[in-house]
Amino acid sequence: MERYEVHEHDVLVVGAGGAGLRAAIEASAMGCSVGLVTKSLLGKAHTVMAEGGVAAALAHVDPQDGWETHFRDTMKGGSFLNHWRMAQLHAQEAPDRVRELEQWGALFDRTKDGRILQRAFGGHTYKRLAHVGDRTGLEMIRTLQDRGVHQGFDVYMEVTLTRLLKDGDRIAGAVAYRRDDGGIVVFRAKAVVLCTGGVGKAWRITSNSWEYTADGQALAYDAGAELIDMEFVQFHPTGMVWPPGVMGLLVTEGVRGEGGILRNRQGERFMWKYLPEARRHEYAADEDEARRWVEAAVDAKQTNDRRPPELSTRDNVSRAIYTEVKEGRGSPHGGVFLDISYLPADRVKRKLPSMYHQFMELADVDITRTPMEVGPTTHYIMGGIRVEPDTGAGTVAGLFAAGESAAGMHGANRLGGNSLSDLLVFGRRAGAGAAAYAKGLGSTPAVNEAEIEAEVADLLAPLSRGQGESPYDVHKALQECMQTLVGIYRSQADLEKALEELERLRGRARAVRVEGSRVYNPGWHLARDVQNLVTASEAITRGALLRKESRGAHSRLDFPNMDPQLGTVNMCAVKTAGGMRVSPTPLPQMPAELKALFEPAKEKVG
Amino acid sequence: MSHGNGGGEATFKVFRGDARKNEEIEYKVPVEPGMVVLDAIHWIQANRAPDLAVRWNCKAAKCGSCSAEVNGKPALMCKSRLDHFPAGEPIRVRPMKTFPIVKDLVTDVSWNFEVNKRIPAFKPRANAEWKWQQSDIDRAQEFRKCIECFLCQDVCHVLRSHELKHQFAGPRFLVRIAALEMHPIDGEDRLPFVKDQAGIGLCNITKCCSEVCPESIHITDNAIIPLKERVVDRYYDPVAMIWRAITGKNGKK
Repeated sequence: MERYEVHEHDVLVVGAGGAGLRAAIEASAMGCSVGLVTKSLLGKAHTVMAEGGVAAALAHVDPQDGWETHFRDTMKGGSFLNHWRMAQLHAQEAPDRVRELEQWGALFDRTKDGRILQRAFGGHTYKRLAHVGDRTGLEMIRTLQDRGVHQGFDVYMEVTLTRLLKDGDRIAGAVAYRRDDGGIVVFRAKAVVLCTGGVGKAWRITSNSWEYTADGQALAYDAGAELIDMEFVQFHPTGMVWPPGVMGLLVTEGVRGEGGILRNRQGERFMWKYLPEARRHEYAADEDEARRWVEAAVDAKQTNDRRPPELSTRDNVSRAIYTEVKEGRGSPHGGVFLDISYLPADRVKRKLPSMYHQFMELADVDITRTPMEVGPTTHYIMGGIRVEPDTGAGTVAGLFAAGESAAGMHGANRLGGNSLSDLLVFGRRAGAGAAAYAKGLGSTPAVNEAEIEAEVADLLAPLSRGQGESPYDVHKALQECMQTLVGIYRSQADLEKALEELERLRGRARAVRVEGSRVYNPGWHLARDVQNLVTASEAITRGALLRKESRGAHSRLDFPNMDPQLGTVNMCAVKTAGGMRVSPTPLPQMPAELKALFEPAKEKVG
Repeated sequence: MSHGNGGGEATFKVFRGDARKNEEIEYKVPVEPGMVVLDAIHWIQANRAPDLAVRWNCKAAKCGSCSAEVNGKPALMCKSRLDHFPAGEPIRVRPMKTFPIVKDLVTDVSWNFEVNKRIPAFKPRANAEWKWQQSDIDRAQEFRKCIECFLCQDVCHVLRSHELKHQFAGPRFLVRIAALEMHPIDGEDRLPFVKDQAGIGLCNITKCCSEVCPESIHITDNAIIPLKERVVDRYYDPVAMIWRAITGKNGKK
């Protein structure tokens, strides 16, 4: 049997992005021994890519804002499929989490009277996003990282978890490997918090890094936990479409928040056509009103003018761009134009410095003079591990989750800026939940040697296999399958075809051959990553098949409308002896006092 | 053969192996418009060498993972466009020299994380008012743009040629210290650390670090020189020393 090293902690946090770091800080502050495991180096997680800002109803720029409005915006953005309690906790606690970050050293952009500045974003009634130019995520992760290194938890960098271990029904730890030498590591832990991010690498055009391979979702699923809402995958409306090397790279929604205008090949400002009738009154009526709103935004002034149509929700803007391109009104490289060049160049450079450099250096486009070309890119999954809102507890004892790997907070569609606040609010809660659970447990549950041995054998198998495909080829085939069959618009026929293809891909992924040694071998790492992606892709596709309606980010060509019946259920995937079973489960009922917030008299139109 | 116009092919000479046993292997890679060195490395991985080790995350110059030496210059591979290199000539890709090699293009940068742990943490002043103007934080915000690519550490001759890692924190961490020192609310005194443990006296201002910074941080001018001045004022300026002896003020902020 392979020798391995063993580490023991009360709480093992997996993933060192915003949620993982915040969870580790909290569990550690509560007196637990904490291990933080990350596939990458510390500080490189996808949180660094978050640009536009963190949503919190601080009411610094628009004093009318408050948690109730943030809650309403979030529920509406998510087409009411969100867990009401998560949306409530999030809206109520986000301002404290942002202030806390500031007290830990973060330097947000300021208002003229010296407080944290806030900017507009799609779906938010008021200017609500605390930000640092367009590098908010970097500021957040660096602040948490620097806080974390003095907190006293152990960080295991470039270590990848491959299996959760259980003692009966409870979590007991995990098996992992070190990337640098391929050595096996066993963690013994009372509680595991999964903060592993999303699944974006299942698609070809994506804003996500190599890390986004559904590890947490697959680990939890294999351990018996429930995944919900997996069919809701957000396609961010504005990714770069050219040159090919940068296709999918994110163009922050901050561009639209700062006044960016979307136009088609004919110069038409098309977003007005696509506003949902029920929400049209929330947006500017014409170019003049939109322009006045931008002028007020530039000066961080309050205004009664309504926001431009470009600030509709992401699902809506993505579909609009997709439709414009499909109907032949796209830009030369298959996107549409996003224009901020009409604003003063120095302002654009100051407010969107990363975007300015990104386009200048990677596409030879000066965004202060020329429009950008943009199109939808796979960005985020609203679904994931089902958790209990207050504690982040999953449906397996000792398993917790937060951030993108968890579900419930965003419903059918996530508002921009709600992810960074989600990480802070629920990262903290999951860390606290795991710590409380671990403290309640006397001793660390036992790990099973045979289970470890089986996992290690499985993990090493591709290295000694005489023949088989390259994992890169299987990954490419999976991305083509999901890109063409499970994209922005879905249909029964496509989804059924995708399921058949995924069945084949599962077999192919399990039979790959890996060249080279165990020492820092990306091909070997990908061999396991692809299996996780296939698991998540199956849950996404099965959920999408069952959800015979269009809601939020999930659009069915064959069912273009919302079905009120399906608005009362989550699609829930569990592992059974016969494979994956996906079925509807009832959505929790919102209490009367929160329901009352949606009565017309109480709604303010911004 | 052309590097930028599509349809062509580029030649890469990539460092393969570890410190004990290594070689430079040549790969021919098809070129697409706008392609960067990291795209070529990914193509080689997917088509020629599946075990080629490389670190990368964002591919957008925001995470600082894909640092390497391209044609001898420390650079982010995701930002190194093929059409910026002379057409027809091979492009050499090697790991950063200053850090121990793990394999191929991946180096062991763990020393940097150890240095970071030793820097005295942010400590807000008691009763500070949490309000400040944008102009109060512009300087510190510049330092906080750092993506920890460690290219400045790689190029710094104190670390690279003289191998004084045990005496010198390197430009990255002088930038980090400067960000803390210039935070409007910070009340910690890091000058003893800057002088004795970070070894700021070893920097002789060649500005190599500023030249390679992908975030264009003015490392030398805005971070290191002001910190050097503070150290000089505190420890080496006789007039200031006498003034402190008379007034009893120790020069801390």
